[in-house]
Amino acid sequence: MAYKEMLQIRRDPRSLAIALLMPLMQMAMLGYGVSLDIRHVPLCVYDQENSQQSRAIVDQFISSGWFSISQTLDRQSDIRHAMDRGECVAALVIPADFSRQLATTGSANMQAVFDATDVNTTNIALGYAQGVVAQANAQIAADWNASHGVHPSPVGQIDLEPGTWFNETLDSRNFIIPGVVAVILALVGAQLTSLTISREWERGTMEQLISTPVSALEVMFGKLLPYFAIGLIDAGFCLISAVAWFGIPFRGSIVTLFVTTTLFNVVVLGIGYLISVRIRSQLGASQIALLVTMLPTTLLSGYTFPIDQMPAPIQAISLIVYPRYFVTILRAIFLKGSGLSDLWMPLAGLSCYAVIILWLAARAFRKRLD
Amino acid sequence: MSADAPAILAQALTKKFQSFTAVDHLDLSIAKGEIVGFIGPNGAGKSTTIRMLCGLLRPSEGSAQVAGFDVSSEAEAVREHIGYMSQKFSLYGDLTVRENLRFFGGIYRVARREIDERMKFAISMAGLEGREDRLVRTLAGGWKQRLALGCAILHRPPILFLDEPTSGVEPEARRRFWDLIHEFAADGVTILVSTHYMDEAEYCNRIALIDRGKLIAIGTPSELRAHQLGGELFEVGCAPLGAAMKALSDAPGVVDAAIFGDRLHVVLGAGGLDAADLPGFLGEHGIEVDQVRSVPPSLEDVFVQLVSGSPEERMIP
Repeated sequence: MAYKEMLQIRRDPRSLAIALLMPLMQMAMLGYGVSLDIRHVPLCVYDQENSQQSRAIVDQFISSGWFSISQTLDRQSDIRHAMDRGECVAALVIPADFSRQLATTGSANMQAVFDATDVNTTNIALGYAQGVVAQANAQIAADWNASHGVHPSPVGQIDLEPGTWFNETLDSRNFIIPGVVAVILALVGAQLTSLTISREWERGTMEQLISTPVSALEVMFGKLLPYFAIGLIDAGFCLISAVAWFGIPFRGSIVTLFVTTTLFNVVVLGIGYLISVRIRSQLGASQIALLVTMLPTTLLSGYTFPIDQMPAPIQAISLIVYPRYFVTILRAIFLKGSGLSDLWMPLAGLSCYAVIILWLAARAFRKRLD
Repeated sequence: MSADAPAILAQALTKKFQSFTAVDHLDLSIAKGEIVGFIGPNGAGKSTTIRMLCGLLRPSEGSAQVAGFDVSSEAEAVREHIGYMSQKFSLYGDLTVRENLRFFGGIYRVARREIDERMKFAISMAGLEGREDRLVRTLAGGWKQRLALGCAILHRPPILFLDEPTSGVEPEARRRFWDLIHEFAADGVTILVSTHYMDEAEYCNRIALIDRGKLIAIGTPSELRAHQLGGELFEVGCAPLGAAMKALSDAPGVVDAAIFGDRLHVVLGAGGLDAADLPGFLGEHGIEVDQVRSVPPSLEDVFVQLVSGSPEERMIP
């Protein structure tokens, strides 16, 4: 059974290519797309002074890599226009007496205006701006001390805005990519297996198959084994690209990773198979698979939205969203280097799932037409 | 199973799909080694009956034993003793001839040391030597269908269910197929085969006529021909045919009148019109008769007479 399935998969190189390449493409899309970090925020500059010092500040913004200058403006009102046209997300306004203030009092104001329609981006960009300014301040403080020879009480030299947090660039990526791997495996695995049984119903081969003494378990394992291999290869691709391409640190052990990935694969394929057994058309099965995996996985697995921030009822629901366990596991293995014993809780969750799903799937297959 | 027990026994076998009764209290007993043809119009319940006998559909009422096992409660045991060819071609088109055979050999649990010999037999039976590594979807209809038979007999089942195995297959291949069926029957295999080709019915030991889920006649081809008509059959060349049929169907002594091609087949019973009266009788109705002759009844005649309903429904598909 498994051998026949393998032959059929090989005879259909296009589907096989999709099965193997899709996870990598999704990895690229989700890995970059979902990243909470922002680079090259378009920035407009209205430099009223245009002095050496003011230009130095602007240069620091650019050299940070987080901002790029989209326009230099001459009027305050132009800021509004530039934002309306979407030409910039942030605007920097440097007053005409910027360097004089700084030289005489040791502190100066400048204004940063953010287009807050995308609150997320705004918050992060604001954080970056403060980072830049903090760095500049350190420099100015050093200069001031050198020229005045005294240690003034800590004056806020350049004052941007009262402080918000500062997000380290790589933080969110390290956090998100392992989750992305889990999500991709959940989606792709269920999609692949959701078609196996329904395809046979559609082609009429199932009627022949169920007229034989073949057992439900034989069918299930025969169907799942080849896809299990593909699932593991996909997992390998995703995990390797996480480390090699996205530069996520890998601190755990390969064995732990293999054991947990295997278990997760069993659950994912079991779900796809269960759907396939129940829905006799390929289109229907694939849509149901998408529906039951996509939404809960992306929203409730905790891969972007932290589960502990969710309202209690939603948190309870997320307990049945199996990818959440694997998201937790992968993060722990990657970032904390956790071993199997540290992960007993999510592992227990996944194991329960695997047993229940396989039991249901084996029972769901009926050798009857009605 | 004892030697004289029927290979297939159905008692009041019934299948209902919601309000529609596809098979209605069907009784059937088929002895070991018999070839029984299942004949009836599309939708008569042939496939449904065969599927119930294979354990693929659960009977709504009644019971059936195949190879001595109950099709409802012992479906797995039934499956081990049968070979089944479904109406729709159902091998794997993306596998080769050899791979299909090996797969079915595997799921029928043919012993490893036997499989090569069984596959060789199936390939030579299907005339597929030299095509073992062709993808099945590239084969012509006759070969596909012989290969499907080959797959169904890999485990040497004592009972074969063939659901319209020859539909869409050219006449030469059909004849070859029937030769194979006779060879199996000679080896003691019991075969229930459905068809809508009347000429194929003549190849069967017995014929079961089925219409609207009911078994309406069963017997050898000659029995059916001899007894079922209830009179003598005459072929009448006349025009217009429709008016002639209408006039005759109400006439005394006429058991049945039906259009066959460009002629009329009329069955005359005792105590009414006889053949000599026909030209005169039809003439009174303004119908011109050019020939009346006695013909031996074909199974088609029997079938048409037995299947009741409107003339359109009488047409053999």
